[in-house]
Amino acid sequence: MWTWFHKLASPPHFYRIAGLTIPAFSWAAGLLVAAGLYGGLVLAPPDYQQGEGFRIFYVHVPSAILSMFVYATMAIAAAIGLIWRMKLAHAVAAASAPIGAWFTACALATGSIWGKPMWGTWWVWDARLTSELILLFLYLGYLGLRSSFDDLQRADRASAVLAVIGIVNLPVIHYSVVWWNSIHQGSTLLTPGAMPIAMKWPALCMLAGFALFYGAVLFVRLRGEVVRRERSAAWLREVLVK
Amino acid sequence: MNIAEFLAMGGYAAYVWPAYALVFAVLALNVWAARRSHERALEEARRRLMQEESGR
Repeated sequence: MWTWFHKLASPPHFYRIAGLTIPAFSWAAGLLVAAGLYGGLVLAPPDYQQGEGFRIFYVHVPSAILSMFVYATMAIAAAIGLIWRMKLAHAVAAASAPIGAWFTACALATGSIWGKPMWGTWWVWDARLTSELILLFLYLGYLGLRSSFDDLQRADRASAVLAVIGIVNLPVIHYSVVWWNSIHQGSTLLTPGAMPIAMKWPALCMLAGFALFYGAVLFVRLRGEVVRRERSAAWLREVLVK
Repeated sequence: MNIAEFLAMGGYAAYVWPAYALVFAVLALNVWAARRSHERALEEARRRLMQEESGR
């Protein structure tokens, strides 16, 4: 088990295996999102309060969950990188940040578009909205901090500290609708019985599809990050010949 | 259900479709950016190797 793990974490093996798994991740993501789209836009019944407008749910909620899931992955990878000085872990953190930032932007933008017809405003300084905006700033701060270093190792270490500190924002986002009197509704997808099955399964398909999409894009980026961190000329030559 | 009715989204077309278009545009952008990042890393590595070889 450990030898297998070490082998996987070695750059040449990781580079090769990532390359082989990307098509599988991509296809699975594409099929799940297609099923989720059909279920969410066509099969699911309209909401009794929000009518057809509630269908923004199917892109808003998966984006929002992924924005937090990617941050958690990034922070844990950064912590592993700091503690065990593992290059691959730093690479995971670095490759996750831009993807997570885009999911956060999607969650904020689709939430804003949803808020206009339902709440009558594009934006309110509500606890949920504000803490999600802070998440976007954390991602941007992380990316900005990284780009201020020329040395990749120093960029990895400094940005990892920021990523780890920023994780305190995740429970704040999650519990913001409970702790504060929020205009934003509570969790429906993750609360059993809060949503009929016909409405729920397309959302779960979209969520799984988005998660696999993150996996596919992460692996494409990781291959680049692994090459950037590799000093073994022999292996790089092997990769570049192909 | 006919197509026009579907596209109208019960009067919410102006909100539902831009939200979906935006998210899928961002997903496509993510794929493009990730591929570019990988290719750039390979180019940089190629340059690094060439420098090492000429330095020898």
